Order: sequence, then C-alpha cells, then structure tokens
Amino acid sequence: MLKLVANNTIVSEYEAVPGRVTSGPHGPKPRRILSRRNIVVYGTLIVVALYYLLPLYVMIMTSLKGMPEIRIGNIFAPPVEITFEPWIKAWAQACTGLNCDGLSRGFWNSVRITVPSVIISIAVASVNGYALANWRFKGADLFFAILIIGAFIPYQVMIYPIVIVLREMGIYGTLTGLIMVHTIFGMPILTLLFRNYFAGLPEELFKAARVDGAGFWTIYFKIMLPMSLPIFVVAMILQVTGIWNDFLFGVVFTRPEYYPMTVQLNNIVNSVQGVKEYNVNMAATLLTGLVPLTIYFISGRLFVRGIAAGAVKG
Amino acid sequence: MTSVSVRDLSLNFGAVTVLDRLNLDINHGEFLVLLGSSGCGKSTLLNCIAGLLDVSEGQIFIKDRNVTWEEPKDRGIGMVFQSYALYPQMSVEKNLSFGLQVARVPQAEIDKRVARASEILQIQPLLKRKPAELSGGQRQRVAIGRALVRDVDVFLFDEPLSNLDAKLRSELRVEIKRLHQSLKNTMIYVTHDQIEALTLADRIAVMKGGVIQQLADPMTIYNAPENLFVAGFIGSPSMNFFRGEVAAKDGRSFVQVDGVAFDVSAYPARAGLQPGQKVVLGLRPEHVKIDEAAAGDAAHQAVVDIEEPMGADNLLWLTLAGQSMSVRIAGQRRYKPGTNVRLSFDMGVASIFDAASENRL
Amino acid sequence: MTSQTRGSARPNQWLRNLNAKIASIPMILTALVIFVGGTSWTVLYSFTNSKLLPRLSFVGLDQYVRLWAAPRWLISIENLAIYGFFSLIFSLVIGFVLAALMDQKIRFENTFRTIMLYPFALSFIVTGLVWQWLLNPQYGIQSIVRSLGWTNFNFDPLYNSDIVIYGILIAALWQGTGLVMCLMLAGLRGIDEDIWKAARVDGIPMWKTYVLVIIPMMRGVFITTLVIIASGIVKVYDLVVAQTSGGPGIASEVPAKYVYDYMFQAQNLGQGFAASTMMLVTVAIIIVPWAYLEFGGGRKRA
Ligand SMILES: Nc1ncnc2c1ncn2[C@@H]1O[C@H](COP(=O)(O)OP(=O)(O)OP(=O)(O)O)[C@@H](O)[C@H]1O
Ligand SMILES: [Mg+2]
Repeated sequence: MLKLVANNTIVSEYEAVPGRVTSGPHGPKPRRILSRRNIVVYGTLIVVALYYLLPLYVMIMTSLKGMPEIRIGNIFAPPVEITFEPWIKAWAQACTGLNCDGLSRGFWNSVRITVPSVIISIAVASVNGYALANWRFKGADLFFAILIIGAFIPYQVMIYPIVIVLREMGIYGTLTGLIMVHTIFGMPILTLLFRNYFAGLPEELFKAARVDGAGFWTIYFKIMLPMSLPIFVVAMILQVTGIWNDFLFGVVFTRPEYYPMTVQLNNIVNSVQGVKEYNVNMAATLLTGLVPLTIYFISGRLFVRGIAAGAVKG
Repeated sequence: MTSVSVRDLSLNFGAVTVLDRLNLDINHGEFLVLLGSSGCGKSTLLNCIAGLLDVSEGQIFIKDRNVTWEEPKDRGIGMVFQSYALYPQMSVEKNLSFGLQVARVPQAEIDKRVARASEILQIQPLLKRKPAELSGGQRQRVAIGRALVRDVDVFLFDEPLSNLDAKLRSELRVEIKRLHQSLKNTMIYVTHDQIEALTLADRIAVMKGGVIQQLADPMTIYNAPENLFVAGFIGSPSMNFFRGEVAAKDGRSFVQVDGVAFDVSAYPARAGLQPGQKVVLGLRPEHVKIDEAAAGDAAHQAVVDIEEPMGADNLLWLTLAGQSMSVRIAGQRRYKPGTNVRLSFDMGVASIFDAASENRL
Repeated sequence: MTSQTRGSARPNQWLRNLNAKIASIPMILTALVIFVGGTSWTVLYSFTNSKLLPRLSFVGLDQYVRLWAAPRWLISIENLAIYGFFSLIFSLVIGFVLAALMDQKIRFENTFRTIMLYPFALSFIVTGLVWQWLLNPQYGIQSIVRSLGWTNFNFDPLYNSDIVIYGILIAALWQGTGLVMCLMLAGLRGIDEDIWKAARVDGIPMWKTYVLVIIPMMRGVFITTLVIIASGIVKVYDLVVAQTSGGPGIASEVPAKYVYDYMFQAQNLGQGFAASTMMLVTVAIIIVPWAYLEFGGGRKRA
C-alpha cells in the first residue's frame, strides 16, 4: 500500500530524462528555423518567460531607486541613479513596531531556526524511512499510512493542540518549540522520500550486510548513508526552502523576538505607520527571497526533484 | 553428521504459503543444489537458512545447533548473491574486511584472511579498486571472497552466475567446483539452470511450489525422475511423454498409445504394471534410436518434420502416435524433412508414471 | 542440548527489531499524538463554547450554526470557491500547454524551465508583496498603461472588493504554474515515444493526438497534480496575509485566515475549531475519493 502517488514515478521519470538523449522531448522533429511552428512555439515561450521574469525585474529596479524617482517614474524603467541605500536600510534600519534594527534580526532568526530544523528533521526522517524500508515490523505500515494521510490535513486543524503540548513542555514560543514543529510537519514527506529511496536500493545489499554481521545502526551509517548522498541533498534543498519560506508556524509558535525573516518582512512592509518606502520594501523582499533563490539557481535539477517530491506538501 | 538440517519449515507471506512443512538434511561437505522454476521458493528457503527471513513454523539446525532464531552473523554462514551486492562505496579490500571489522577481529588477522582469500580467488590486483571498476566476473569473485574471509561452515549461493554471460558463467562454474573441492565445506546453491545443477551438485533438490519434489544425486534425478514434474523439468529438450494404457500380451507388457504399442517388458518397474492402468511413458530424446532400413519395429515408423542440426549432435522432430516428439542423434548424420524413419527405444532407461498421481512406477 | 532449547524458543515479539522500533518512536508519536490525537482534539472541541481557553462545555452544533451565519465566513468560503475553481482550471491548462510547448524538442529548454519555476522557490509572503507592488494602482501596471495613453484604464484588483480575489489568483498562478508545468512535462516524457510515431504514421494531427491519445494516457499525472493543487488551495493563507491582509474590508478573507484570527486574535477558540474542522471536511472531500480510486483500484488490480 501507499506507494504514495504517481508522484514518485514522476520524479524518477524526470531524472531519467537527461540520460535518454534520444528519447528526450517527444514532439515532432523540428523543421526549418523560421517555420510557422517555431515562431508560435518560441514566441509563446518567450512571452511567458518575460511574464515570469517581470516581477523579479521590477523588484530589483525598484530596490535600486530613490523614493523621489519612484514617485515620478514608472516601475519598469531602470533607475536613473542607482542607489544601494534601500538595501542598507532594509537590512539594518527598517522598523517593525518599536524595533528599528532592520531585517537582519529576522535573517539570523531564520538561520537559527532553519539550520537545526533541517538537520533534525532529516536525521529523524531518514532513520525512519530506513526502518520502514528495511526493518519492517508489525504495525509499521499503519503508522506510516497515518503519517502520509496526515500530510493532507490542513495545519490549522492541528495547530492549537500543538500549542498546548508545547506549552505543557515549557517550550511554547521558543526556537526549540518551532524546530520541533518543523520536524513534525516535515516528517511525512521526508519519510516518504527516504523510504522510497531506501526501498529502491538493492535489497541484497542489505542482506549481505546482515550476513556480514552489521546491525541496524551499522548498516545505516556504514552502508546506507554513503550510498544516499543525492537524496540527502534533495531533502536538504526541500527543507531549507520550505522552512525558510514558512510563515504560519513562525507567527504561531514564536515570540516576536524570534520571528523568522518572512514574518518580519511582512510586518515591515505591511506596517501601517509612517510613509511607505517602496524601494526599501522591495529590497527587503528581495533579501528574504535571496536564500531560496540562491539554492534554486545553484541546485537546478536537484531542486526540481525536491519540489516534485515535496509538492505533496502543497 | 548433518551440516544443515531443516525441520518442518513453513513460511507464509500473509496468506500466501511459500514454503510448506519442508524437510531437508544436508551432509557435511556436501554440495547441494536447489533447483526449480522461478517463484518456487528457492531464495526464500535460502534466506530462511541464512536467517534473513523469520520462519513461520519449524526449525533450522546448523552443525546440530538450533539456529532458528539466531542472527545471520551467528549462524556460521556466508552468502553470495545474484547481483553481487558489493558495497559500492568501499574498495574491494574494505568489502572483504567489512564483516570482520564489524566482528572486531584484530587487524593483523583481518589482513591475513583477506590476503588468503584474495590469493585463492586471484583478485590481489583488484584490492584497491571500487566495485564499479570491476567486471561482472571479478565482482562475483569478490562476493565469494567476502564469504570466504569469514571462515564459515556453510556457503549459501543465490543464483550467483545468473547475471554473467555464458562464457564467464562456465568459467566461474568450474572455479566454484574447484573451490568446493579444496575447501570441503557445505555449499547450498540455488539456480534454475539445470546445467549448473547437474555439473556442480553432489545432490539436487528439485522444488516446486515450496515443496521438494525429489532429492537425489544428479544421475538419479536425470535417469529416474521421481515424478512427472521432475522428469519434465530436467533435460533439454525435455522428455517426450506419451499418455496411454498398460496392456499385457504373451507375457509381455505394453503401453498402448493411440494405436501404437510400446513394449515395456524391459522397464524395471517398482511394482508390476497393472493392465488397464493409465500411465505416462517418458522417453528422453537421446534414448530413442533411429534404425537403418527395416531393422526396427514396423509399428514405430515416423516422419521427420523438422531438423535442428546443433553441431555435435542433431535434433529431429518427428510425429509418432499422433504427437510430436524429439530425438537426439549423434554426429553429422542428416535427415531431410519428410524422410520416413523407424525408431527403437531403450526401455531400460525409460520412465513410466502413473497418470493420476504422476509418480514414478 | 542447552543451546538447542535456547535457540528453539521463539523470542519475544516485542524485542525483535528493537532498534527499528526505537528509531520509529518519533514517527509513531507524530502519527498518533499529533495527527490522530490533535485532529480528534480539535474536532471534539469544535463542539464546545471555548473562548480564551479550551473548555469541555459542549454546546452541540452551536459553533457551526454561528459559523455559517457569519458573513466573514461566507465570504471566505466564496473566495475559496472562486480562487479554487480558477486556479485549478488555469494551472492545469496553462501548465499543460506550457509543458506541451516545452516538449517540442526546443532549444534552451533548461533556461525556460529555470525561469518558469523560480517563483516556486519564493515564499508566499515574497510573492504576495511583489504582486502587491505590481498591482499598486498609483505606481504599478494601471499607472503604466494609463501613462501610455489609455487614461481610462482601470486595473486595481487589490483595492476593489469585487475582484480582489482575482488579484490574489494572479499572484498564485505566477508562483505555482511552473511546478504544474514540470509535473506535466515529466508526465509527457513518461509516454512511450512510439505513440507519437504511430500517430504520425496514422496521419493524426498533433493537437488531436494530444487531446485523444496523450491526455487520456496522462490521467494519473493529472489526478496527482489535481490533488496537489487542491490540497494547496485549501491551505492558502500566507499569500492573502501578505498581499491584502484580507482587505479591502473583509473582501479577500479565506478560511485558513479565519481560523487563525479566531484562534489567536479574537480569542474565540470554539469558532476557530469549528472553522478548521470545516477545512478538514473540505480536504476529506477531495482526498477520500482520490485515495479510493488510487488504492481501492490498486487492490482490485492486484
Ligand atoms: N516479501 C514477499 N512478500 C510476498 N510474497 C513474496 C515475498 N517474497 C517472495 N514472495 C513470493 O514467494 C514466492 C517464492 O519466492 P522466491 O524468491 O523464493 O522464488 P525463487 O524460487 O527464488 O524464484 P527466482 O528463481 O525467480 O529467484 C514467489 O511466489 C514470490 O512471489
Ligand atoms: Mg530467487
């Protein structure tokens, strides 16, 4: 049961593509360069690409302009006079409520949330997936099924009970509590990811290791881990982006001094006091998007794999 | 003294019974081959002996010690898999020594054993390489070496040669036989290749549906199959079967098939054949002779349908008693399709089975 | 003989695979305590009149009656329906068309894919804020078009209660269609190339091949994508918070925001629980039939 979703097929098919040069795209063969078909295809794709790029372009342009220029000019025009003032202000001086130390605080909070959450959630889920794939015990599948079904339950349904549990444990509002929440909600998709990966490794390898006398942890650390680097990278990409971009858990489970970057960004931009400084807002928005974007552009294909797998998370 | 002994072993996956109250005794130093078609439970039995599957019922003894619930590592077994199952991230040397390191054997001892195993298998030049840098045959050698270094009493092979091409397969087959002769430990070898089974085995256990159909030495299995399944499974092309009825006349017994009578007086039946009994007569292709001119029985006249020359011998497909049968003849003798031939049979090496129970008579 | 008796005893079932069981404790706790326990807890307390603190004083269906009488909830549901309907249709159509275009043996496929997918790496907050800026009537698209001469051009979705949800929809589509395209493209790549050859030999025009052959073959991919999009729709929250904070007025409220506001701001827990239970029901309506098809059908096949 629960090979969850054709999703995984999708991922593996996707990966299979680069290898199969000949069986890449399937459409009819391209003809002359300026055929009507080519004009339609490339024309559409270029227009679409421009549409996707437009917001990024506008963000960058706005963040490099001074406020006077924004008031008179148009948002698509490149800056007449480039200024980095908005970036500095967004990073170090922008105000949320009474605090005026900029987004940097949110950035470091996000780092302090993301790093341990990613490590712990991946550690827990990978061991879990390994146990499910190789050391199946009675009832394991039931718990796993509950876990996967749980991935579809709206967070809103479970938030309040978790608040109570965390409060009872005395870690409500702390970073520890938030890290735990990220570990819990990352568990379904990560466990699925690792379970499928480990189940896809040759079973005989695992048997050979058992005959060689290796136990649960020895096999995990000495045999499975070294063979699974790619999937750990995928899981890391998935988690870093997911946790960095999280807003809901950040608002619900932390106190203002621990707010992650997204929450602080929203508070800065949508604060009703003072004059709206659109250039600072856009610089702040870009700053917040910078971490996942960097990961995205560096990791490329692995990222696609990660989100295709993580898409279940919605 | 038995080396491995399986008592009333049953194994179910959920509602599916894969092994059904199976009994098997393997002698010390014996080379036992488990032979059977795909899905009959060979690997399952082997995995149970190795301790990789929890049995549902029954017991397993190795060297007279009950190991039914012991960990694989405590059973004194080594295992070689079809896909080699080498740890990809470790060098050959690491692969060989991994089990010993887990067992905390002193390094000096590890080095000694690795050196010995790699000498026996002639893989010394490969020790520093990764499995990905080896050919299939070399990988399988390393996999055997991994069992060798652990100084085990029982070697378990699960189709170790199936992933190799024909030439390498026959080379390694000889090597495994040589290894067995020099090491003299017990080997249990799973295969569905009957050539491997016949050439390697001291005894063969033919399995079907989780039950051992016959356990005997290769020649007995070949010459005196215990039932219809074993008879049909062993031999290529397979045995010719004729369904008929026993008849007696002038103190001789016959099997009547579709108007053709086969004289089976020479057949060494265990109990007498009862006239009227429904039987299946089995004749191997090489136990049929084609007689020159009119020497044969006029009743056994057949027409050559197809000829398959195979170099060393020649395989003819004929029609007799309304059904197709194959005959293997030696040498270069050629028969054109349509040729009329007469056949004679060596009933001393034929097989007769009861049609209902399918057991040998 | 002692060793025989020791070995022959079937060991305690609880102790077998002990390490695996220990390693699974986090999963078991999460599954039981949080997912089963937490969900049941919320559903149970949705039948109480909990205000600031959860209390077990049952009031039957009162919270639900109040919920379905609240204009804000009704607007939330209406918004969710519009948003859900259009984002399903548009994501699937746009995603599929883009994937089909990408599957035409084009050059720079990687570049195009990178461009279409990067918004998905961004958070809803960032997406919401960018589009808030682009749709700003004073400086954004509206002002540009007006400055080009069309002085009567009106496009201010974020400030117009009637169409505000479409403003959010635009941002959501910008963020999410790239992913749908990728899933669809993977689905297209999974189709046997011989199908295309056969269709060409039979002289079937390309668009017909897509409609009559390819799309039916991609049923599984479509269903998966549908479930992914749909369960994302129900959860939509951050985007609205960033882009409009539910405004103007309450015109762009959504259920997830309703739940949050009642639980953590209006201090009316009972309402929050009832609303979140309704969200759960919505998801169940989407998931259960799908799970039935996916796994119920699978059992029949096996
Ligand atoms: N984990 C499992 N769950 C359910 N059924 C299984 C499992 N493993 C094996 N089986 C079934 O048990 C039967 C025996 O399998 P086994 O692997 O022992 O066959 P085999 O004789 O080794 O075949 P082959 O020659 O193909 O390797 C098969 O019908 C198989 O479908
Ligand atoms: Mg097998």
